[in-house]
Amino acid sequence: MIENPQPMVRMSSVTKRFLDVTANNQVDFQLYPGEICSLLGENGAGKTTLMNILFGYYTCDEGDIFIKGEKIRLSSPKDAIARGVGMIHQHFALVPTQTVLENIIIGTATRKTFFLDLKRARRKLLELEKRFGLEIDPDTHVWTLSVGEQQKVEILKALYRDVDILIMDEPTAVLAPAETDDLFRTLKILVSEGRSVVFISHKLHEVMDISDRIVVLRGGRVVAERKTRETTARELANLMVGRELADSLDKKKVAPGRSVLEIQHLTVLNDKRLPAVTDLNLVVRQNEILGMAGISGNGQRELSEALFGLRTPIRGGININDTPLRPGDPSSAIKLNMARIPEDRMDTGLLMDLSVEENMILEDHGCGDFQTCGLIKSRNIHHYTDALIRAYNIATAGRDAVTKSLSGGNLQKVMLARELAGNPAVIIAAQPTRGLDVGAMEYIHRRLLQERERGAGILLISEDLDEVFSLSDRIVVIYEGTIMGEAAPHDVSREQIGLWMSGVAQ
Amino acid sequence: MITLRLVKRKPLAPWARILIPVAAVVVTLLLSAIPILLAGGALWKSYFYLFYGALGTRFNLLETFVKGSPLILTGLSVAFAFRAKFWNIGAEGQLLAGALMATFLGVHLGGVPRPLVLPIIITAGFLAGGVWAAIPGILKTKLKVDDVVSTLLLNYVMWHIMGALLFGPLQQPGSSWPRSAAIIDAARYPILLPRSRFHMGIIISFLAVFVIWFINNKTTFGYRSKAVGVNIRAAHFGGINTTSVIVWTALVSGGLAGLAGVGELCAIQYRLIMDISPGYGYTGIVIAMLGNLHPVGVLLSALFFSVIIVGAQTMSRMTGVPTYIAEVIQGTALMVMLIFLLFTEFKIQVLKK
Repeated sequence: MIENPQPMVRMSSVTKRFLDVTANNQVDFQLYPGEICSLLGENGAGKTTLMNILFGYYTCDEGDIFIKGEKIRLSSPKDAIARGVGMIHQHFALVPTQTVLENIIIGTATRKTFFLDLKRARRKLLELEKRFGLEIDPDTHVWTLSVGEQQKVEILKALYRDVDILIMDEPTAVLAPAETDDLFRTLKILVSEGRSVVFISHKLHEVMDISDRIVVLRGGRVVAERKTRETTARELANLMVGRELADSLDKKKVAPGRSVLEIQHLTVLNDKRLPAVTDLNLVVRQNEILGMAGISGNGQRELSEALFGLRTPIRGGININDTPLRPGDPSSAIKLNMARIPEDRMDTGLLMDLSVEENMILEDHGCGDFQTCGLIKSRNIHHYTDALIRAYNIATAGRDAVTKSLSGGNLQKVMLARELAGNPAVIIAAQPTRGLDVGAMEYIHRRLLQERERGAGILLISEDLDEVFSLSDRIVVIYEGTIMGEAAPHDVSREQIGLWMSGVAQ
Repeated sequence: MITLRLVKRKPLAPWARILIPVAAVVVTLLLSAIPILLAGGALWKSYFYLFYGALGTRFNLLETFVKGSPLILTGLSVAFAFRAKFWNIGAEGQLLAGALMATFLGVHLGGVPRPLVLPIIITAGFLAGGVWAAIPGILKTKLKVDDVVSTLLLNYVMWHIMGALLFGPLQQPGSSWPRSAAIIDAARYPILLPRSRFHMGIIISFLAVFVIWFINNKTTFGYRSKAVGVNIRAAHFGGINTTSVIVWTALVSGGLAGLAGVGELCAIQYRLIMDISPGYGYTGIVIAMLGNLHPVGVLLSALFFSVIIVGAQTMSRMTGVPTYIAEVIQGTALMVMLIFLLFTEFKIQVLKK
């Protein structure tokens, strides 16, 4: 396949700059018919930017793009789709209140036909579904579909538009293991018919599984290109990070102490007033990391919000060091010395429009070191912030820099610095490394292990199984708001955890 | 085909941040030349008298401050509320509440020792405006009532309360007009400079600029109120009592507008009339936006507005251009400033196909 002389796509010397950041620097990229090509790289390596250029979402500052041999200039995704390029982003572009069929035909009506030819559209859709094994009832409303099914709708949407170059941006991030298998099967069928797929990911084992060829990006440049059968996950990891990775985390043996966090018969409703967490019981002890695995949307968000004091449970209680947490009051969690790392750090955790310093003192600005009678002691605050910036090695222009100017990894470091400052008894870390690059991820992991050794009890809520396995002393799996199973990481298989995650008990 | 796109730009240098309002004023004056010419005014003469009328003589200069004082206070009121994203459109009603309170006390405090009269009136006027703003603050936090609507509608409620009182218990005995009796001498703001109307309220408004700047930058309350304005969810997550912050912000905001009402009553009118305010509360919104919600910005834009308002009188007398032009210039200034502020964060990128 790779020997094919005529590439479907050729991008040559593509450069794209955002202000000071060069997201893509002289990138050359080819895509051949009938292949799955993975774009591998850490967050911020420029994978998505490069594909957004091919999709007409951005225009490149330099370089040329050829699609099927023809040099073109794309100025919108519409142009790209017209040339057979489709892209499925991490966040789907579907209208939840409309049906599958309606979502698929949106924007396909030509100007000549005022009336929708639904009958013909339905026939075409059913035909596509059968051909690619993507069976979904065209008349179901999208909001009732699972994330995996919504992704199928997105793929069908692209196929309906006769796309033969399909770009998928981190498609497995939201999928259960079984759904991932389904997706991979579909992608194989697609390429067997001569279409091409670009698979953007930073998950090595998936990339090894699915692709024919792998292009590794780092810091906006292509650093390597490999045929999958001629490389190893280990080589790719080193290429991606640019240095040898530590084999595994240095996890010291510590015996867990007494329980510091107790959750009893907790029932929490979601925004639709339906139970998201049902009669949940958990205990986290000192010097222990309890990892909670699960596919997103199984109550993790509501559970963490109840723990943070953002959501009032309808039943049950939460105790920190035997003191009950006042429901629905974040300041109670702060007073009881709980560190809280929310999953949406940019929306809930941090004040993105304020300075780094103003974020550091959010929870403690009322304490005597930082104010007297309501007057701010700015000198103390400066010292405090500078010390934290140094201790956590936060890359920022200074304490006065606006927080949104920081990179994802550094944002999370600000979050950690603030939350871990008071030597917390309990740490709730919800998806603490989601969206972070490998380096930042390693840092966060090391910090959490340090806190564990210091004596904190840590509840780690994560969708990343690697993370759960490597950090936890115990693993629980949450499914539809209840605990499906509990095990120690060394005597349970990934398959078993995967089964629990998809609701299969034994 | 050429398409235009807005793209983020690098943060501006400090000097550019100062230059932008100046440039906005210049562009405003250039644009305002069009209606002036349409109205048949001679351009240079018109602009000369506009500024001469506001700044050219001692009396006019002091009048500019007199006119500026309520604008500074209502501008601060709105800016302080907006900073916490409490959308107070009700400075007008809060101003009237302050003026009503001042009237009631100013007429009836005859038996109180003279030095106590003004402190009582000022405090009560502040509280009257503050409470009138705290009501929508509480409605917003407790019942999720939209603050834009409630603060706006309470303006009309207060206006009609004032009307009812001026035709009823507050009406000057023997008068058939909707006006109150005159306040006692002790309730009048002292005039600070002879042969002018430069009164104590002007000092109060300048002090208020400093106090609000101080609260914003030096106190934990200012920090909390900013945090609530930037991201109420994150502020709540961080343990800030957002309800209390919003209600207190509303109270201070309304209080500032109330002080504007006290000033107009005790320094200018000396009795309550239905048109005690020509819309100072609403103009305050424009001034707050023009001043970018910063107290010093508010001070400067309020003074700019009063220059235009006072100067337009002279310009009109000397050139025949109607005084309405003042409002045109104010509106233009806001539009230009908003566009300029947009370009402090974005620039236009031209794409050729």
